[in-house]
Amino acid sequence: MTSLETSQTDKPTRRISIDQVSRVEGHGKVTLLLDDEGHVHQARLHIVEFRGFERFIQGRPYWEVPVMVQRLCGICPVSHHLAASKALDVVVGATQLTPTAEKVRRLMHYGQMLQSHALHFFHLSSPDLLFGFDSEVSKRNVVGVVAAYPELATHGVLLRKFGQEVIRLTAGKRVHGTGSIPGGVNKSLTRAERDELLAALPDVLQWAREGVDLVKALHQKNTALYESFGLFRSSLLSLVGPGGRLEFYDGVIRARDADGQVMVDGIEPKNYRQHIEEEVKSWSYMKFPYLTALGPERGWYKVGPLARVQNCDFIHTPLAEAERQAFREAHGGQMVHAPLAYHWTRLIELLHAAEVIGELLRDDDLMGDALVVSGERVGEGVGIIEAPRGTLIHHYKVDSQDLVTMCNLIVSTTHNNQAMNEAIRSVAREYLDGHEPTEGLMNHLEVAIRAFDPCLSCATHAMGRMPLYVEVRDASGAVVGSATKSSR
Amino acid sequence: MSKTFTMDEREIPFVEGQTVMQAALADGVYVPHLCAHPEFKPHGSCRVCTVKVNGRHAASCTLAAREGLVVENQTAELRELRRELVQLLFVEGNHFCPSCEKSGDCKLQALGYELEVKTLHFTQLFPDRPVDASHPDLMLDFNRCILCELCVRASAEVDGRHVFALSGRGIDKHLIVNSESGRLADTSIAATDTAVSVCPVGVILKKGRGFRVPIGQRTYDAAPISAMPEGKKP
Ligand code: SF4
Ligand code: NI
Repeated sequence: MTSLETSQTDKPTRRISIDQVSRVEGHGKVTLLLDDEGHVHQARLHIVEFRGFERFIQGRPYWEVPVMVQRLCGICPVSHHLAASKALDVVVGATQLTPTAEKVRRLMHYGQMLQSHALHFFHLSSPDLLFGFDSEVSKRNVVGVVAAYPELATHGVLLRKFGQEVIRLTAGKRVHGTGSIPGGVNKSLTRAERDELLAALPDVLQWAREGVDLVKALHQKNTALYESFGLFRSSLLSLVGPGGRLEFYDGVIRARDADGQVMVDGIEPKNYRQHIEEEVKSWSYMKFPYLTALGPERGWYKVGPLARVQNCDFIHTPLAEAERQAFREAHGGQMVHAPLAYHWTRLIELLHAAEVIGELLRDDDLMGDALVVSGERVGEGVGIIEAPRGTLIHHYKVDSQDLVTMCNLIVSTTHNNQAMNEAIRSVAREYLDGHEPTEGLMNHLEVAIRAFDPCLSCATHAMGRMPLYVEVRDASGAVVGSATKSSR
Repeated sequence: MSKTFTMDEREIPFVEGQTVMQAALADGVYVPHLCAHPEFKPHGSCRVCTVKVNGRHAASCTLAAREGLVVENQTAELRELRRELVQLLFVEGNHFCPSCEKSGDCKLQALGYELEVKTLHFTQLFPDRPVDASHPDLMLDFNRCILCELCVRASAEVDGRHVFALSGRGIDKHLIVNSESGRLADTSIAATDTAVSVCPVGVILKKGRGFRVPIGQRTYDAAPISAMPEGKKP
């Protein structure tokens, strides 16, 4: 069987598309080409990426960007807020933020990580994992989880609430806040705000640990499935912090090959363009990033929790580090590529985020009043952070009148474009080939995509969600069947 | 014994020469307005201050207070009318509050909240209005201009510079800068000018300020515009 990226057959095929992948953020579509016997000849994930925003921001003053850029995505505005701020720190010459500014931003970011991971696991993915990929569709949703596992669902909601509260107190609002500005922040925490968060922390840590235990138990119960579903091998890429530690807010780029060998390391964000390029494919609106040194064929990689937890050398907080080691041990120290392992690593990260939030809350710098610095103005800045879904790159050029002249963004979901395509091809080969596609089988494709927690909303730079629309066409393109369901 | 008129069944005292709006505001009664400002002569252009006097509509910022007037201010009908006027101002320009640095300090936005503008109702015109960032300390974002002429009046009457003027008619009316090049950098404006601070919306901006004031500390975070003591800010 071929790679399934492009059909190699001359036989008549029919086309099936999942026009809205449900329980992911945003709008995407999967198309399959099947021949008369139901053999899969092509599987593709299409995400419509409009780079409209990059043009829209041109001619706007730079100080507006960290707030404006949150329009990109209603799901992960905080990630864009911070990545843009970091890029513009460079522009205003803020080479070293004040400890207060750095820590308030970090707190905001780890709060975002916690709330996003909680939403993804408990709300979007747990229905598949708890009930089965082809379980009864009417129960396979968050309402079903609430009914069957009320305590778990409650803890998921409360974890997310806590993360949102961290965001509110640091950014000023739960969504579309203004807390981070070029050169620093516009507010720090009051003692009362700090104490409010600290008081909630023991529960948060407990729920986070329960989450890791749950995902571990799921893996143990069905190891074969969890280790093979949607499997493909690839390189991985993320930022790493000082000493190679797991780090979400700031660091240098490192990439490992599929066997875990470090290929590139220590790349400063400002040099990203020398190491990462983007390939355009005729069939997709979304680009395919790859490492320049390896070329488009071999240089693509995955990002996000599974990449980060394996790319780092250690985690500096004890609970998450113990879980990282347990994860490695469970896989005999080998690199893990199975998409479902994203869930396990995502929950290790959630636990880590809770621990880091605790560290920060015990640091009085959070309540300081030195908020902003500036230095020599320069014309260009790059900001990279590890957003919940993976590496997020913001790059701006600003002219002498303070207006943005160039903007380049590579969002997490774009980095994972090739990886998600590989995952659905793996699933198509294993589960759909030779079968009549049922809803349950189609959901297998979605389960694989969902593991990456793609933010299609980000990637498409558009807002709003559309209902799922599945269409089956024959070789002539005629629609032979269709079904609709609403997403989320 | 001072003279009075009636507004929504309340006796409002006034002194000779005051407008209905001035007297009402002085007595702590809010009348919505945008182009009126206590330091400048009444202008009567935005019409958001429209009241009903003896059954007829009138701009309260230019209407002289007179003994025995019966004025309607906070009626459903007038709120509806004012809301539509504010909606028209929104669709005529490019106002995107969430990413505007004047958010929370903007009178147009505050009036939007006050009058419960939930939708724009009218078709947005999306005019094409490039910014002028030529000046080292100041920037003009014409997208948000509501043509209130406060900057025109302030620059002429207070700053003595005549930096701003309105040009064109009807829908083509727009703010211009009085310099040969038409650029702000080629005028004598200074960042400390009254014209700079008087703009009720986010057109005349100090560079680099952006979002330095956190949510919670902006003018209208504390209280709605109707509860703001007049003449304070912005
Ligand atoms: S720039 Fe501001 S003050 Fe001047 S006319 Fe426009 S809205 Fe009024
Ligand atoms: Ni997003």
